[in-house]
Amino acid sequence: MSIDFKLNQNNLSRRKFIGIIFLAFCLLGVLVAMMGLISLLIQVILQGYEWVTPNLIFNYPSRHPEQAGLWAALIGTLYMMGLTALITVPTGVGAAIYLEEYAPKNWITSFIEINTSNLAGVPSIVYGLLGLSIFVYFLKLERSILAGSLTMSLLILPVLILASREAIKAVPRAHREAAFALGGDKWQVVKMAVLPNAFPGILTGVILALSRAIGEAAPMVAITALVYITFIPVTPMDRFTVMPIQIFNWISRPQDDFRGLAAGGIIVLLILLLSMNSVAVILRNKFQKRSEE
Amino acid sequence: MNLNNSVFDAKRGHRLRTKIEGRVVYLFVGICAFITLVVTFAIIWNLVQQSIGFFTQVSIIEFFTEKRWSPILIPKSFGIAPLVAGTFLVTVISSFVAVPIGLAVAIFSAEYAPDTVRKILRPILEVLAGIPTVVYGYFALTFVTPLLKIIFPEMIIFNALSAGLVMGIMIIPFVSSLTEDALIAVPNSLRQASYALGATRFETSIKVVVPAALSGIVAAFVLGLSRAIGETMLVTIAAGATPKLTFNPIESIQTMTAYIVQLALGEAANGSIEYQSIYAVAILLFVMTFSMNTLGHWIVKRWRNVY
Repeated sequence: MSIDFKLNQNNLSRRKFIGIIFLAFCLLGVLVAMMGLISLLIQVILQGYEWVTPNLIFNYPSRHPEQAGLWAALIGTLYMMGLTALITVPTGVGAAIYLEEYAPKNWITSFIEINTSNLAGVPSIVYGLLGLSIFVYFLKLERSILAGSLTMSLLILPVLILASREAIKAVPRAHREAAFALGGDKWQVVKMAVLPNAFPGILTGVILALSRAIGEAAPMVAITALVYITFIPVTPMDRFTVMPIQIFNWISRPQDDFRGLAAGGIIVLLILLLSMNSVAVILRNKFQKRSEE
Repeated sequence: MNLNNSVFDAKRGHRLRTKIEGRVVYLFVGICAFITLVVTFAIIWNLVQQSIGFFTQVSIIEFFTEKRWSPILIPKSFGIAPLVAGTFLVTVISSFVAVPIGLAVAIFSAEYAPDTVRKILRPILEVLAGIPTVVYGYFALTFVTPLLKIIFPEMIIFNALSAGLVMGIMIIPFVSSLTEDALIAVPNSLRQASYALGATRFETSIKVVVPAALSGIVAAFVLGLSRAIGETMLVTIAAGATPKLTFNPIESIQTMTAYIVQLALGEAANGSIEYQSIYAVAILLFVMTFSMNTLGHWIVKRWRNVY
């Protein structure tokens, strides 16, 4: 009897030992992922910090790395983000409202739902080719900032729809029922009870979708093609460039100075993205706290 | 009497306005949802319509069986195999990184980590997921490649290995967050039953929770790989531009996506066969990723019905 017990004890410590090894493996995985992020940031900062100067931000691109800057690309990015938001936000939120509040439960609705998830996984370069055919050539918008924004809108539309649906879904049923009980019709309920509650969640989704669009270069390569832009876009029909494209252009040059310049550009791009993401995180935390109360 | 009437009229007018507003909104949001279908059909129509011109000049059989891809240099040859091989090579390398690490991160986060650690881990992964692919390309080219060159001195600057490894890091958050969702969805009663039978935490995780979440985990891998196949800028920057039918990871290759970018950058005139060839490549890319995504979502949906 006592031998048996001892055997069991040994077995248990062996099993626990395997468990510890497994935990160590998991921690190693976490560590590798973190190391990836940290070494990426260190590499970019070390290579690029001395290139982050007023020149980098306020100058136009140039053949001389010390005079080259991001100004046209920075303005192009902000301009495009504004237009993209104007196009996507009403469409994406509208589609989410339809799917969550209005849509009948039938095969068309479930097809739209599956299709939205699938669209979110279509490679971005395919959107670029779509925009090239439809907006640039067919609608004759040329390689304008409007064509770029429309393309980008199609790209982030499914992302925004998915995020907005989650936000709308999170509004408790009781809010809707209370609004209906007060005599509201469908739209009044959505307008006065659902949307105000879902607003922070939707806003978070908008910011995250836009921050994806800011970093997206592949579809813009197809739309803009040319990268040497020495003016800032004024009307939506002007040609343009965006930050990731300018950075891509600098990376592709063989000279070391341009690589440094690219790192400087990446720092500016990452700062822009991080500040957008932190606004999203703050909003989300605020929202979560409120719903707990 | 007059007063009553006008109040009544005002009420009726208000009701009518509300009714019209409701109808208009219904129409608008319906159209918005419909747009997603239009986009899908536009993508398919565009790819098919543009590649018809290509496939009238190059037979589908040649496209799939020819072993050389040389759209510009004469003698021209349009065999997709080298581009598919390049994509495949980078994707496989990335999955060697992303699958085990993504799984490890997810299991750690869902089964082991206390809430405080999870609260730190999640934003870090979100930052990793939010970094633009151009930046990953820069990282692969200027950091990982020189590092790998120490191990493989004969390695070419643009190579599949470096791009694949960095791609793996890039899709870790994607794989791990989907896997974690699957793990968290496993009901706690299963874990409690396992502990009650005397299982350790490791045994519970591996023998109970992971098998219960297996379909969700498989879906995460499928969706992650599909993302790797469609990834563009990283491979354009770091993997090279030489379509080559090779499985040697330290050689320069070209993926399907990188080819599309190379041509879209303006090397081909609109209407030429080189230009049309990007749509032929894109349609294959679309079919591959779309079927993988459909498979992934289908698995997720099926598995959700179990609990």
